[in-house]
Amino acid sequence: MEQALQERQRQIYRKGEQPFQLDCDKQSASGSVSQRACVFCGSRVVLYPIADAIHIVHGPIGCAAYTWDIRGSLSSGPELHRLSFSTDLREMDVVMGGEKKLYAALIELIENYKPNAAFVYATCIVGIIGDDVDAICKRVNQEKGIPVLPVHSEGFKGTKKDGYTAACDAMFQLVGTAPVDDVPPISINILGDFNLAGEIWIIREYFEKMGVHVVSTITGDARVRDIQRSHGAALNLVQCSGSMSHLAKSMKERWGIPLKRVSYFGIEDMAQALYDTAEFFQDAAVKERTAALVHQELSGLLPQLDKYKNDLRGKSAAIYVGGAFKAFSLVRALRSLGMTTALVGSQTGNRDDYEQLREICDEGTIIVDDSNPLELASFLEEKNVDLFIGGVKERPIAYKLGVGFCDHNHERKEALAGFKGMLNFAREVHGTVMSPVWKLTPRQSRQKAKECAA
Amino acid sequence: MLLRHTPPEVLERTSLTVNPAKTCQPVGAMYAALGIHNCLPHSHGSQGCCAYHRSALTRHYKEPVMAATSSFTEGTSVFGGQANLLQALQTIFATYNPEIVAVHTTCLSETIGDDLGQIIAKARTDGKIPEGKHVFHASTPSYVGSHVTGFSNMVKAMTNYFAESTQETKSQINILPGWVEPSDMRELKSLAATLGVKVVLYPDTTNVLDQPLTGVHDFYPKGGATVEDLRSAGDSIATIALGPSTSTDAAGELKSKCNVPASVLELPIGLQATDRFIDTLRTIADVKVPESINDERGRLLDMMADMNQYVSGKRVALYGDPDQLVSLSEFLVCLGMKPSYVVTGTPAQDFETRMKTALGDEFCGAKIKRGQGADMYIMHQWIKNDSVDLLIGNTYGKYIARDENIPFVRHGFPILDRVGHSYFPTVGYAGAIRLLEKILGVIMDKQDRDAPEERFELTM
Repeated sequence: MEQALQERQRQIYRKGEQPFQLDCDKQSASGSVSQRACVFCGSRVVLYPIADAIHIVHGPIGCAAYTWDIRGSLSSGPELHRLSFSTDLREMDVVMGGEKKLYAALIELIENYKPNAAFVYATCIVGIIGDDVDAICKRVNQEKGIPVLPVHSEGFKGTKKDGYTAACDAMFQLVGTAPVDDVPPISINILGDFNLAGEIWIIREYFEKMGVHVVSTITGDARVRDIQRSHGAALNLVQCSGSMSHLAKSMKERWGIPLKRVSYFGIEDMAQALYDTAEFFQDAAVKERTAALVHQELSGLLPQLDKYKNDLRGKSAAIYVGGAFKAFSLVRALRSLGMTTALVGSQTGNRDDYEQLREICDEGTIIVDDSNPLELASFLEEKNVDLFIGGVKERPIAYKLGVGFCDHNHERKEALAGFKGMLNFAREVHGTVMSPVWKLTPRQSRQKAKECAA
Repeated sequence: MLLRHTPPEVLERTSLTVNPAKTCQPVGAMYAALGIHNCLPHSHGSQGCCAYHRSALTRHYKEPVMAATSSFTEGTSVFGGQANLLQALQTIFATYNPEIVAVHTTCLSETIGDDLGQIIAKARTDGKIPEGKHVFHASTPSYVGSHVTGFSNMVKAMTNYFAESTQETKSQINILPGWVEPSDMRELKSLAATLGVKVVLYPDTTNVLDQPLTGVHDFYPKGGATVEDLRSAGDSIATIALGPSTSTDAAGELKSKCNVPASVLELPIGLQATDRFIDTLRTIADVKVPESINDERGRLLDMMADMNQYVSGKRVALYGDPDQLVSLSEFLVCLGMKPSYVVTGTPAQDFETRMKTALGDEFCGAKIKRGQGADMYIMHQWIKNDSVDLLIGNTYGKYIARDENIPFVRHGFPILDRVGHSYFPTVGYAGAIRLLEKILGVIMDKQDRDAPEERFELTM
């Protein structure tokens, strides 16, 4: 028992109390109630928004059922990605192999839906029963003339991060397979935004106003053909670096496209992303338009934020998200609302991420890797936070404790990116933190009693 | 239209499932295990399985759902999951200290051939299971059956592990509620209490997945069947197993292991099915039905009479799990409605026979499909060819309802976009009143919404 708890201690850090050391990039211990998912989950969420491709899950039905239209990645055109396709492997298939079924399913799908590409996700047992998914994909590709890409996403082969890599590898096979003569020199790819609640449309508009051409958006509102010609862009902007760094790096190696890490959350990071892009192109007109755009957006936004800020000043928050990169932006965005961050953690951050988090956090902030509900609940109580930012599994824990909640994950329904998104974020945070419901909860009355006693 | 790609022409599909009307076994096993007090469900497989099942249950119940995972790695797939499970049990008892760990398998652990019985026995010999603690398992391969099978297997496994016969019969009746909501289980217990019958109901997710807000996060909520409940089930007078697909196996286990006789009934959804449930309970316990229950039945019948003209002859498409579908169909028929399309992804062998009993004369006019290829896609194609007046099923029906402009009542698992199922039962007479109210609500809402101004009326 001692040992298990000690090991967890190495994945928790309290700023100011000890020299910085945090274990991360570790497999979760068997038996933990981890908030993490698997390789398949990583691949599926990254590729999912490619809207004119079919995504077929090769394996028993569960993996297809649980990922059917669960992410609000909006498309401005086709919506093939929102359907659930599966080979639904049964006991006989496990014995006899599932290759024939996969082949037949792909043919049926391609003939019915006429997609521009097909992604085939190999789940846990596919390798074990010996299916040669690569060979089937190759055969169907030759017969049907569209890219049919295997995604090696067996759940046990690592963490969600390895799933991102598998997804990037699959997409990289598409890059460079269409002509790029008409791509202008001032052009970018937007990597790592998934168009939840239409966020990529906001970002794309900013770049277009600046005079920067967007070749592809990967993968929010993505199209196969755009990815195929994404090698024509002059620059890759990479958000959510956890999922997309691998693709950006591969594109840099193969096509020499430089990459910049950016974030579109919060005022500072959003403005920085636009300025950095303008700076890259060294074009006076672009720079001028960028300054004007930021000025215009901010003059509209700042006065509106003030009314929320007045209520939120001094409130504290806890953040637990998938990737650590998003956490940086959230700490800063909360700060711009006058709020402090008492706890910040992620499922999959690496050493550099946590080092950077430590730098931007206040003294006393708890930093945690791969946490579990027991820990999270105890930290929320200890720090008496007013807001928890997390995903689907964290939401009810916050509410049970009488704490406001904001989903900054798959289930956000308001665009939170861009300047406009910052206003939505402020409104959402304000709405939940200031909800009169919390006044009725035991936590608040207990806290009040504590204060009175003091 | 999201489903614009669905053509009306039905072609034979041999290998492809589109928009499934089922999911895999382990989520059912996890739900069942949550109905035991102080129990931590454990998923023996990759980390993602556990995360997906917890997320699915959390989305449905808006409640924290706790479960642990063996976190398989590449090495596990080669060397087997024994080391993972042994480590897991050590971590679980050290960190989370449950009274019981209910292990279920996954497609991966089944395919690599882990022998859970042997591994748990080894854990016990190695001292990894502290004195007085319980670990048992259910085999739930994802490529057999469906989530319904997983639920059934876990209830059977808990029965097999805990139920004991001391040869001294207790004056109590077992109720196996089947896969229903906590609100339904609450209603079943309440009906039994009103009848004055002592029951042991398990699994019992009341006060587990419908917890009140207390200001603390209870890792083990106060609800759930206790070890004592589960043990004493072997000494009960009889078992009433509700839902043949989910409860028959466990009832059989009680019979063979502890010699407790069982009556297997369809879920008490609707007037007649509830009548049979009340009557069975009354007969076995030898009690009189109190006036309050007769009155409740009377109110349901009164509502059915008052509203018959609005539902009579309406065609209904329904999909979901066999136990729900059979009872819902029977209720619809007794309202004068016509269940026209019935789809379940679950391959329950006895489904057609049961549907025949439920539908009576309406059976011939109904299209029924189960198991492989019985998905939402085929149901949508049928609807495109000949539409219906009402759709009943889980949240995944909302695309069809929207595309085809069909009134839609959410029922079953999962419901991801509405609340209410945790609080209001659909079993019992009160449940049937609520169901009918919902059916009438959506049908009349559509009538109001679509009516031209001159036909839009105050009274309906």
